[in-house]
Amino acid sequence: MNYEAIVIGVSSGGMNAMKILFSALPADFNIPITIVQHISPRSDNQWIKLLNDKSNLHIKEADEKEKIEPGNIYISPPNYHLMIERDKTFSLTIDERVNFARPSIDVLFESAAEAYNNNLIGVVLTGSNNDGTKGIKRIKECGGLAIIQNPETAESSYMPASAIAAIKPDYILSLEDITELLIKIDKQNNNPYELNNQK
Amino acid sequence: MEISLLLEAVYQKYGYDFRQYSEAHIRRRIMNRMVMSGLENVSQLQAKVLSDEAFASKLLQDLSITVTEMFRDPSFYRSLKENVIPILKTYPFIKIWHAGCATGEEAYSMAILMQEEGLYERTTIYATDFNQQALNKAKEGIFSNGMIKEYTTNYQLSGGKESFSSYYTSNYDNVIMNQSLKKNIVWANHNLVTDSVFAEAHLILCRNVLIYFDKNLQNKVQKLFYNSLINGGILCLGSKESLRFTDLYDEYTDVDNKQRIFKKKY
Ligand SMILES: C[S@@+](CC[C@H](N)C(=O)[O-])C[C@H]1O[C@@H](n2cnc3c(N)ncnc32)[C@H](O)[C@@H]1O
Repeated sequence: MNYEAIVIGVSSGGMNAMKILFSALPADFNIPITIVQHISPRSDNQWIKLLNDKSNLHIKEADEKEKIEPGNIYISPPNYHLMIERDKTFSLTIDERVNFARPSIDVLFESAAEAYNNNLIGVVLTGSNNDGTKGIKRIKECGGLAIIQNPETAESSYMPASAIAAIKPDYILSLEDITELLIKIDKQNNNPYELNNQK
Repeated sequence: MEISLLLEAVYQKYGYDFRQYSEAHIRRRIMNRMVMSGLENVSQLQAKVLSDEAFASKLLQDLSITVTEMFRDPSFYRSLKENVIPILKTYPFIKIWHAGCATGEEAYSMAILMQEEGLYERTTIYATDFNQQALNKAKEGIFSNGMIKEYTTNYQLSGGKESFSSYYTSNYDNVIMNQSLKKNIVWANHNLVTDSVFAEAHLILCRNVLIYFDKNLQNKVQKLFYNSLINGGILCLGSKESLRFTDLYDEYTDVDNKQRIFKKKY
C-alpha cells in the first residue's frame, strides 16, 4: 500500500496532542500531513511558529492553491474551510460553518477522500464535538485507513468516541502509539518521492 | 467527469460559467444539493436543473457563497486608513469597486469608513455581484440583529471613530442601515467571468471571491481588474489571496503585503 497523505482532525486538547505528535516525528518523515485544528477566528499564527520550532518537520499554514509536498505539515488557517483538490493543491473557502466550525474537519476529510481515495490516512484526535465523524466515514468508504485516538487517553473523549461509534476504525490507539504507527507506515511506504530523489 | 458535464450544461442553458471554479468546492456544494433534494446521482441532478428553473436558481445560490461580514479582518481596514486613504484624498472624486459584494456588508463598511474620513461626498461605491438575490438584500440594507455584536467588535478593532449603533436603527430582530450610507452606493449585477471591464476605478476590492476560482480563471479576472484600475490605483484582495501566482504580479507594488493591498504601477 502506498499512502500519499495524512489528514488529521483535532479540537479541544489539540495543542498538547500536536506537540506530542509533531515533536516525535523524524526529519525524514515523508508523507505530507494536513491538519484541521478548531481555533478562534481571530487567532494569529504564532502558535504554528512555536510548534514548528519544536518539530523536525516543516510546519506551516496551508496557503490557497499551494501544492502539497512531502516533508511538510500544513495547518488550516482560522476562519476558512480547507479543502484538497484532486491535483493535490489546497483550496480555501468561507462557506458557512459546518458542525459550528470553520475550519471544519469534515470538509477537509471529505475533499481529501475524493482526492486520494485509498491512498489516504485519516486520524481523529481529542475533541469535544462530533466534527470529523462524517469525514472519517467518507475516508473509509473510499478505501482509506482510519486511525482514532483511544478516547480513554484523549484530553476530550467526545470526538474520537463519536468517530468510533460511526465506523469500524483500523486502529484505536494512544497518541504515542499513533506516532509509532505513522512512522512505521511511512517507512514501509513504497515511496515515490524517495525514488524521484534517487533518479 | 459527470460534474464537468453538468457545469457545461448549466453554462449552455443559463449562461452562468462555473467551469473554472475550484473543483472541490463545486463538488461539495453539488453533493449537498443532491442529498438535500433526494437525488441519487449527478445526471439526475443535471436533468432536474435543465428542466426546472426554480431548482436551477437554487443551485446557483448553492454555488455562490454569500457568507460575509462587516469590517471583516479589522487590521485590513486599519491598513486601508493608514495607507490608502491618504492616496484617495488626492483625487477630486473617488470611484470604488467592490467586486463580489455578496449581501453588501463590505460596501456598507466602506461607506462608513469614507464618511468618517470626510470623503464620502465625493465617492461612488460600485458594489457588484452575479447573485441577484444577494444584491436585492444588499440594497435593502437590513441585517440580522444577531450579528451586530460581532460587527461592533470588528468596527471598534478597525479603529472606528463613532459609536457603531449610530449607523443603523434597530427594529425587532433586524437593524436597518442609515439612508445616508446608501446614498452613494450603486448596486449592479456583474459577472466577473463573463462580463467586461467595469469602471475607471481608483480602488478595487475583491475579497474572498478568487479563492473559489482555479488558477487560470484567477488570472483572467486579475486582468479584468488591472484594466479597470487607473494608473496608481489600488487593488485589495482577501487575507488569503495573493497576486503571486498571476501574470500581473510584476505590474503592482506592495502597499501592505500582509493585508493584501497592492498598487498598480504607473
Ligand atoms: C464569499 S463571498 C465574499 C463577500 C465579501 N467580498 C467578503 O469578503 O466578505 C463571495 C461572493 O462572490 C460572488 N461571486 C462568485 N462568483 C462570481 C462571479 N463570477 N461574478 C461575480 N460575483 C461572483 C458570490 O456570489 C458571493 O457573493
